[in-house]
Amino acid sequence: MNLLFIIFYAFCVLAVFSALGILLTKNLLHAALFLLVCLVSLSGVYIFSMAEWLAVTQLLIYAAGIVVLIVFGIMLTNSTSGKPLQVSNARWMVGLLLGAGFCFLLVKTSNEINIVTPHANPTNALMQQTGKNLMSDFALPFEVAGLLLLLALVGAAVISSSPIKKEN
Amino acid sequence: MPLLPSIYLSISLFSIGLVIVIVKQNAIMVLMGIELMLNAANINLVTFNQNTMNSQQGEFFAIFIIVVAVCEAAVGLAIIYKVYKYYNTSITDQVSELKG
Repeated sequence: MNLLFIIFYAFCVLAVFSALGILLTKNLLHAALFLLVCLVSLSGVYIFSMAEWLAVTQLLIYAAGIVVLIVFGIMLTNSTSGKPLQVSNARWMVGLLLGAGFCFLLVKTSNEINIVTPHANPTNALMQQTGKNLMSDFALPFEVAGLLLLLALVGAAVISSSPIKKEN
Repeated sequence: MPLLPSIYLSISLFSIGLVIVIVKQNAIMVLMGIELMLNAANINLVTFNQNTMNSQQGEFFAIFIIVVAVCEAAVGLAIIYKVYKYYNTSITDQVSELKG
């Protein structure tokens, strides 16, 4: 049990507990902050799984982009009057039943598969190799992703700006 | 890093995200639950990518999942904003005009 494993497990535990915090808190803004903690600790998990590029992408896009977007969404879709933003819960029975069912099913299946312990593979960790792959083998999905981002940007702008004609 | 703790992490994140999507009433909280479930899928891809020699397919798949998640979050928040302006609520159960 060396130090790296302890840090890895600490990131895992932090991610799970902040996800539980999102579930259990009733304050909308606290949930957004718990989501931020969860995403940052997941980026730590990615670093230990030999995916540095993905970890940096996670920090830049999720932790910096999506959380800010969600906070803006909270600001725009609630009447901010100084009171804390409360979220009500419903259907606890169905939710917990489905969640526990999925958890049981996935744990059962993952115990049945034959798991090979990974060997350290330093060639995967080279960020240089990642850049070369992105421009050679994965060039088509890269371009398609750019097109998709452009479409989503234009679509979101059009949806949120066109005037609604209310019928009286 | 060992595989089994990562798999359990991904299982627990997926289940918690599913419960959040079902239980919470606010549309933005539902969006947060969906983000958690997408992240659980990413953890699995990255974890099993460690076993392959000289291949980064899992990592790239995860990166493109992140791109799609960003698009989904942007369009979803735009729709939630529009629904809020039209119905003056962001509680999903109160938007029931099409209910029979």
